[in-house]
Amino acid sequence: MAATDVDVFSNEEKRNLSLGGHVGFDSLPDQLVSKSVTQGFCFNILCVGETGIGKSTLMNTLFNTMFENEEASHYQNGVYLRPRTYDLQESNVHLKLTIVDTVGFGDQINKEDSYKPIVDYIDTQFENYLQEELKIKRSLFNYHDTRIHICLYFIAPTGHSLKSLDLVTMKKLDSKVNIIPIIAKADTISKSELHKFKIKIMSELVSNGVQIYQFPTDDEAVSEINASMNAHLPFAVVGSVEEVKVGNKTVRARQYPWGVVQVENESHCDFVKLREMLIRVNMEDLREQTHARHYELYRRCKLEEMGFKDTDPDSQPFSLQETYEAKRKEFLGDLQRKEEEMRQMFVNKVKETEAELKEKERELHDKFEQLKRMHQEEKRKVEEKRRDLEEEMNAFNRKKVAAETLSLSQPLKKDKDKKK
Amino acid sequence: MDAIMLQEKLVERLLCPRVRTARQKEKQYVGFATLPNQVHRKSVKKGFDFTLMVAGESGMGKSTLVNSLFLTDLYKDRKLLNAEERINQTVEIIKHTVDIEEKGVKLKLTIVDTPGFGDAVNNNECWKPITDYIDQQFEQYFRDESGLNRKNIQDNRVHCCLYFIPPFGHGLRPVDVEFMKALHEKVNIIPLIAKADCLTPNEIKKLKDRIREEIDKFGIKVYQFPECDSDEDEEFKQLDKELKECTPFAVIGSNTVVEARGQRVRGRLYPWGIVEVENQSHCDFVKLRNMLIRSHMHDLKDVTCDVHYENYRAQCIQEMTSKLAQDNRMESPIPILPLSTPDVDTEKLIKMKDEELKRMQEMLNKMQQQMHEKDQ
Repeated sequence: MAATDVDVFSNEEKRNLSLGGHVGFDSLPDQLVSKSVTQGFCFNILCVGETGIGKSTLMNTLFNTMFENEEASHYQNGVYLRPRTYDLQESNVHLKLTIVDTVGFGDQINKEDSYKPIVDYIDTQFENYLQEELKIKRSLFNYHDTRIHICLYFIAPTGHSLKSLDLVTMKKLDSKVNIIPIIAKADTISKSELHKFKIKIMSELVSNGVQIYQFPTDDEAVSEINASMNAHLPFAVVGSVEEVKVGNKTVRARQYPWGVVQVENESHCDFVKLREMLIRVNMEDLREQTHARHYELYRRCKLEEMGFKDTDPDSQPFSLQETYEAKRKEFLGDLQRKEEEMRQMFVNKVKETEAELKEKERELHDKFEQLKRMHQEEKRKVEEKRRDLEEEMNAFNRKKVAAETLSLSQPLKKDKDKKK
Repeated sequence: MDAIMLQEKLVERLLCPRVRTARQKEKQYVGFATLPNQVHRKSVKKGFDFTLMVAGESGMGKSTLVNSLFLTDLYKDRKLLNAEERINQTVEIIKHTVDIEEKGVKLKLTIVDTPGFGDAVNNNECWKPITDYIDQQFEQYFRDESGLNRKNIQDNRVHCCLYFIPPFGHGLRPVDVEFMKALHEKVNIIPLIAKADCLTPNEIKKLKDRIREEIDKFGIKVYQFPECDSDEDEEFKQLDKELKECTPFAVIGSNTVVEARGQRVRGRLYPWGIVEVENQSHCDFVKLRNMLIRSHMHDLKDVTCDVHYENYRAQCIQEMTSKLAQDNRMESPIPILPLSTPDVDTEKLIKMKDEELKRMQEMLNKMQQQMHEKDQ
């Protein structure tokens, strides 16, 4: 069945025609847009970085709102992920935003397993989507897509290079999610140091083969700006929700004794660039990449694991249905075999126990016999003794009677008899 | 005539008071008030030494701060490792020794650096090389002190450890707590908040309070400034109080000189302003320098000698004697003071014997019961 789903038109010739007048299908994009606006959009951000590095503050600054957040403690036993979903609206566009926070990342003394919860979470979201896709009765248009579209990796501003934990984690995540590395708390690095730091980070990423997200340059409308932004990675950001009066305006900034760092000032930090790239220009591309590249890779690996193939050994297109059937038969066969085995085992066990019980019964019986014999022996002995005793008693009685008769006939000889 | 007489009188007056006061001074003035001067002279001649250890993750600004403190460049040809090389890095101990001189006073400064601390992915017991190093220095000194020729003992003991806490978090992290707990009884720890130019004044205050709270909570004994004498003047006491309330110091270091407010100062140049390292309203660098070098350097040395080293020595001797006591229970060549360890040992033996007796008793009972049953 599936074999016939291949492009029907591939072998036919396509001719280019010119239109005589205005037909009107140029409104297709508009229809698409209005449909998606009514549906609403969905975006999921994963923030990975050590505790206190400024993840929550940056999210608040990016979306210009206060997501509720308590300060995390440094003493978690392990890393766990905390997803929170919010409904935002701007003009008539609805956005369902999910922010996933990594709590406890980088705090443990032994960080070898820190990346595992993150990878597991991403895989779980993919798995959920895959399950929904493979259902018989499915409702994909209604499905709340929780797959992570972008991972913002917060790098601590040491000024030297990446930390070892950063490298290890990014390497594990680069094939599963779009990564944008950013330098957090960038108001602690001066301009010259920042330049060197960025170069060092990018060279380390490249030399270790870490694939970070590249802003797409194939669409002419945005290719120029994207290309220039690619050169500014990683973005050095400063986040703040406090407002400070500068000149005659109030801007979001951080106030220091030596000056004021303005968040939206491009010469102070790259926050504006990040916002442009992340939200205003490439959000849709990020979602596409997640679906077309990362999710497809996951799906392929998962299905291959389960034993599905696109072509069988004779390189003839496999039908999914046939594979399903074959798998089901195999599975049922397995099931039956297992049942048989279990039944066999059960029967054997029953036999064994029976045999044991019989043994025990025999032993008991023997014992019983033995006891009975002993008992009889004793009874006999007792009987004998009784008889002896009776005889003695009789003898004694006779003697007594004799003695009495003697004593009656000869009262004077009593003493003598007594003495005897 | 009058002039001559006047002259004579003058001379008399000039001479007599000296003679008189000399006699007076001879009665009251012994001369040991010059002792401080003598000490000063001798110590200048001998020179001083100081060993400072710096510990903290890489990228916290340790080298920059040390260079700023002593106004010299100790780390000329330093090679920094890449992230991949640091995944399994172990902690090394590197010593830099410099001889610096100021107004005739010589200082032999040793900086003990600990590259690799906290950099690997698995940092279990990453402080072990550091504690081993400190113990080694103590052991070396102990041996030298107990040796026959004690003329030229080199004091390599670590007098102070500056621990750099990252300002990016909400307080102390587990690795910070474990490190300080492993070292607080071996060396004077001074915790510092590194790279304080990423914190606003409010945030600095919050973080300092937090860290002080956590240090109390975990029972970490950091270096305490000695109490002022009650006869010091008010200003000094006030300064001292301010100093104590300022810990842990939030520091910023810099090797570059920039132009600020018409002066050339050491600082960091940002697009939004210039951070001056020696400006007290910008950071606590000046306080740290004053405390470390100008007022408390000798106290740090004293505490190391009197407290940490003595603890180590007492522990060492106790271990040695208890080992001997185990080997030959009857006598020991060194006259031991009544220690608690032998009693503990005999108690243990008694307990063991008791348990054995109990076991045998139980076995006997069991056997008796079995025999009883068999009889029946």
